[in-house]
Amino acid sequence: MNFDLTDERQMLQDSLRRFLRDNQDKLRASTRLGTSDNELGFDAAIWGKLAELGVIGALFSEEDGGFAGAGFDLTTVFEELGRVGAVEPLLDTAILGGGLIAALGTEAQKELVEQVIAGDLHLALAHGEPNSRYDLAQVQTTAKTDGDGIVLNGRKAVVINAEAADYLLVSARETGDVGDEAGISLFLVPRDTAGLSLRGYALLAGGRAAEVDLENLRLSASARLGEAGGAYAALKRATVRAEVALAAETLGAMEAATELTREYLLTRQQFGRPIASFQALQHRMATLLIELEQARSAVINAAGHLDTSPNEQALQIAAARNLIGRAGRLVAEECVQLHGGIAMTEEYALAHIAKRIVMADHRFGDTDTQLERFIDHSAA
Amino acid sequence: MQEFLAQKLPKEMSEAIRVGRELGKEGHEKWHGILNDQGWLAPNWPEEFGGCEWNAVQRHIFEEECCRAHAPRIIPFGLSMLAPVLQKFGSKEQQDHYLPRILSGEDWWCQGYSEPGAGSDLASLKTRAVREGDHYVVNGQKTWTTLGQYANWIFCLVRTDPDAKQQSGISFLLIDMDTPGIEVRPIILLDGTHEVNEVWFTDVKVPVENLVGEENMGWTYAKYLLTHERTNIAGVGFSRAGLDAVKHMARSQMHRGKPLTENPHFAARVARAEIDLMAMSTTNLRIISQAAAGQAPGVESSMLKVKGTEIRQEINDLARRAAGAYAMPFVSEALEGGNEPEVGPEGSAAVAPEYFNNRKLSIFGGSNEIQKNIIAKVKLGGGA
Repeated sequence: MNFDLTDERQMLQDSLRRFLRDNQDKLRASTRLGTSDNELGFDAAIWGKLAELGVIGALFSEEDGGFAGAGFDLTTVFEELGRVGAVEPLLDTAILGGGLIAALGTEAQKELVEQVIAGDLHLALAHGEPNSRYDLAQVQTTAKTDGDGIVLNGRKAVVINAEAADYLLVSARETGDVGDEAGISLFLVPRDTAGLSLRGYALLAGGRAAEVDLENLRLSASARLGEAGGAYAALKRATVRAEVALAAETLGAMEAATELTREYLLTRQQFGRPIASFQALQHRMATLLIELEQARSAVINAAGHLDTSPNEQALQIAAARNLIGRAGRLVAEECVQLHGGIAMTEEYALAHIAKRIVMADHRFGDTDTQLERFIDHSAA
Repeated sequence: MQEFLAQKLPKEMSEAIRVGRELGKEGHEKWHGILNDQGWLAPNWPEEFGGCEWNAVQRHIFEEECCRAHAPRIIPFGLSMLAPVLQKFGSKEQQDHYLPRILSGEDWWCQGYSEPGAGSDLASLKTRAVREGDHYVVNGQKTWTTLGQYANWIFCLVRTDPDAKQQSGISFLLIDMDTPGIEVRPIILLDGTHEVNEVWFTDVKVPVENLVGEENMGWTYAKYLLTHERTNIAGVGFSRAGLDAVKHMARSQMHRGKPLTENPHFAARVARAEIDLMAMSTTNLRIISQAAAGQAPGVESSMLKVKGTEIRQEINDLARRAAGAYAMPFVSEALEGGNEPEVGPEGSAAVAPEYFNNRKLSIFGGSNEIQKNIIAKVKLGGGA
């Protein structure tokens, strides 16, 4: 079997890798703790360049105005982003926001996707809530019809990219109980809409997010994306794509972490010799390299099943993210340990990379949640 | 002890410790002052120097109670690292001068051991002290100097004989941080904290009376100090408090409509950590009892360091898992005790920063790899 990238994906990988390498100082600058306060949380100029390079377009199918959009296109892009620890919100604006508008939107709403691909528009998915943990169906926020409009009330938790977003995609329940899949709708809400307030903050692993309060937020019915109460399937689908991307991003970060560590072991001298010459450390490095290849295969499995049945997709992505959750934690912790104190400093590149790896486990379901999902889907 | 802690430990202080907020210099000094007023600041010191002269078991009980009450930790550099060395090897003048100032809080000490090129291989340190008349002139760089930004004194290992075998040419010097030629540069850690520093020495003149013991004998004193650093090395009290905090948070976090504590996967992780901790607690007591009976700890303290830090780190991992998505926000003001509230449930702001910060536990104080080398060397001999 041939596991090589196609020529197009190879070109995409090469050009993106070159661009990210050439701009690593700027990329690093927006990862520093504290510097992302009072800012977007990322570098707007870099964002524009990514759009120019076609990186955003590569995440959408031709039908949706892009030129690729398959599982392996996502993994090609996100692995590269992960290798440099980029905090640019491609996951939020493009995969989640853009993906959901492309899936559910009217022709008029879909014009926003063109703007996303051009790099002119930012989006954020306001779905998680303080009590929803990682369960997609737990929606307490309400949407009530009022005359010819709709009124939203509720609170959304840790909405990544909310402050930079031109529109928030807000989920709310029109019918049913808190944990029901049916009855959830998505609404396109301009960020400056009255009744919407943000409490923004930096994230430990870079970027920014906000708590979003919705208080009698009034929308016209045309703000709804798709059928009333019928957004769950699309949310699930967009989340699965985001999880494939996130798994690939984490894989890229794991590659970077092990490369940095390998170099360090070969360079760092203690007791008169490079520490790579100590067998105790050699074996640990070997374990990491084995786990890294397992992680790579898990990402391939997940990406290759994005167009299969919902159950098969879900099973594969749960498997990949459970494996990467375990292997990622091992790689992050061991790479720090094998370095010693230097890797504990914010200045050293591994610190940020390690945070990206570990904190990825806090999006869309952690290692244990993925294990539960895998068990559920295996039984289905 | 419980009564004292209930009455004298300020509520705002225990609250800060419970949710993982920084205390700052004043906070630590205040707590030291409260303990000193009670006569309990130096549990390990002999009575002749103003200490409690408690044995290992008594000290253990004290440490456990303090952890349980969420008391701030006692800053160890002066009290349990330098003081035992001065008491054993220092001159009468040094003892009379420095020890009371450690108790009163007049001096804040920091440790000048590690260097950029001398971490696990500490004996390869290069900071040079050259005797010129009644002074040493010190040049070089120390690193990972914990809370050096608060310190007015530093105890240092310096090389006084560059020609001797590595361990033999090292001396133990006390240096006033206000001496010209000393520069403290902050190191920001991966959780955004300023906890450690680089300390640079350029032609720093140190009076010869600041030498502890004999010249070129510093390694012996440092090793003696390291055995004292090993008290409470297992951190059982921290682990127990940490595990309680994990359970507390997990009870309030809903997962699939039930409290997270009822989730079998999460509950299994917590149970495994608790099982390890129960055994660790007894291992710790066994070794402490031996120490109280006068037996010098050998490989056992290395075992406590390795397993104790692994358990603490596992509990930090559980804490960040419990917080879910609310482990992601970084609200530095909430951690520093400012007005900005936490974003998620109580205590959630600190879980991920602490998880990352406590990766240091298996690195500092002799990395866990060095501890395993010690165990292997004793048990397997030269073959290790």
